[in-house]
Amino acid sequence: MSTLNSKGERRFQLCWNTIFIVVSIIALIPIFRVISVSLSSKDAILSGKVFLYPVQITVEAYVRAFRSGSFLSSFGFSIILMLVATVVCMVMTILAAYPLSKTNLKGTGIIMTLFVLTMYLDPGIIPKYLNIRDLNMLDKVWALIIPEALSAYNMIIMCTAFKSLDSSLYEAAKIDGCTEFQIMTKIALPLVYPTMATLALFYAVGRWNRLSDVLYYVNSSNLYTVQMVLKQLIESIKISQEEGAVSQLVADNIKSASIVISMTPMVIAYPFIQKYFTQGIMLGAVKG
Amino acid sequence: MKKVKQTGSGNKTTFKVYMQNYWQLYLMLVIPVIYMILLRYKPMLGAIIAFKKFNIFAGIWDSPWVGLAHFKEAFSSRDFWNALKNTLILNLGDLILGFPMPVLLAVFLFEIKNISIRKATQTILYLPNFLSWVIIAGIITQLFSTSGLVNEIFRNMGMSEVNFLSSPFIWRFVYWFAGIWHDAGYSLIIYLAALTATDPSLGEAAYIDGATRLQRIWHVTIPQIRPTISTLLIMQLGKMVSIDFDRPYMMGNTLVKSASDVISTYVYSIGLQAARFDFATAVGLFQSVVGIILVLSVNKISKKMGEGGIM
Repeated sequence: MSTLNSKGERRFQLCWNTIFIVVSIIALIPIFRVISVSLSSKDAILSGKVFLYPVQITVEAYVRAFRSGSFLSSFGFSIILMLVATVVCMVMTILAAYPLSKTNLKGTGIIMTLFVLTMYLDPGIIPKYLNIRDLNMLDKVWALIIPEALSAYNMIIMCTAFKSLDSSLYEAAKIDGCTEFQIMTKIALPLVYPTMATLALFYAVGRWNRLSDVLYYVNSSNLYTVQMVLKQLIESIKISQEEGAVSQLVADNIKSASIVISMTPMVIAYPFIQKYFTQGIMLGAVKG
Repeated sequence: MKKVKQTGSGNKTTFKVYMQNYWQLYLMLVIPVIYMILLRYKPMLGAIIAFKKFNIFAGIWDSPWVGLAHFKEAFSSRDFWNALKNTLILNLGDLILGFPMPVLLAVFLFEIKNISIRKATQTILYLPNFLSWVIIAGIITQLFSTSGLVNEIFRNMGMSEVNFLSSPFIWRFVYWFAGIWHDAGYSLIIYLAALTATDPSLGEAAYIDGATRLQRIWHVTIPQIRPTISTLLIMQLGKMVSIDFDRPYMMGNTLVKSASDVISTYVYSIGLQAARFDFATAVGLFQSVVGIILVLSVNKISKKMGEGGIM
């Protein structure tokens, strides 16, 4: 635009660039703070020296966090659970989305309605819990995989991706004697790879972050995810806070260390998966 | 494929040919359909225990009916009204404080010509969206605790300490702040994408006609992303009575119970912790029904106002 060179425009740009840098820094402060508390020594925290950078750096809090919580084992479990759940979710989503993308297939209209209605009709926590109990999945690993194995919303996104493919590809393959299953695996899936990656990441991040179903369906501590272990740790520190200000401050750095440990996988993965999520949001928004 | 459509059904041989062609597609659908029936529709039937006295040994079907007794009990219970009130207040705050924020950020971010600052801001604001509510609540409550950063700043400025996490009134603002921190980046991306699709020549024309920047933003930019704004607004309005579990559960504490008890946490505590399955189902069912009515009416009103609906 021709306005770029005017004095007022330059002043505006400078002003708003600064504002957004400040906004970004403010948005990062909570994360800086938690990292610096986790790395600071007890004395430094007690004397109020820690602000936004660690003082008297020590990893003691991390050692204690690893020792007090069952972090290591829950980490391993959470990662395996996340991988298995994502595979199950993707298989279910594709199995539903591929046939439903064929608009001339008889009965797809009714089945699509069956799926869409579940986005609006919510039976509530308790009937879902009783259903899981009836299916004999309480306190089993399946309770953390099956209830969220198929999201109608993601299925529709997948379905839209299949629909956008050129139907002449299918017909050519059919003439060459491919079965529908072969067409799906050999032709359709490689072409919708970007959508698949996006949805897989949706499912994976959702599984990694979800606390509620662990709380509802699971009792044994060997089925606790990182979120659940962290939640218990934070709660046990809440209780010990009542013992006095000193123990609270000591607890602060262990709590911070635990938060940083559980945050790390997401923060490391973020730069790589952000692109897919941005695409994913747009896929959903187009539908909305 | 066209051939099948033309011949249609009714004839036995064409049906056979049709199935020979497409049986694999139907086979694929079997598992997802069974899944939906068993895990989505069966619990909907199970919700009838809201009208029964649930006996764990008799099961859902053989428990005796009690009519609307659980609903009557809920409507005369103070805890229920408190949970409903808090749900509405917390959602209303999210709407008033949280909704305009990403619109403002997006509109001004779009005016910025420096692409790297635009990208960096977007990336940074989106990051908290990837963290779980356990982590967000852990970070935010620590930030606002008496020994936290905010109170430290207050002390250094010579101001008195504020008990953010023990006063129900102030706690709500912490809850809303956490919501903005977690969610703003998500909507920001939607608005920025909508802005990218707008026509820049309109803004240039307005500039030549002598419009100031604010006039241009208000009269040219915002009307162009109005459909996006109204869609997101309808979705949020439709969710006014439903509330996520993880967020209020993790953000709340015993001192602010009077403000942090919402429907989802209330159902959890009476249903799964106190094992009153029938009563808790009634409360949950009430919320679901009101929720559906709300979604449908908001959608209808918005269509009448010419904004287009979401369904």
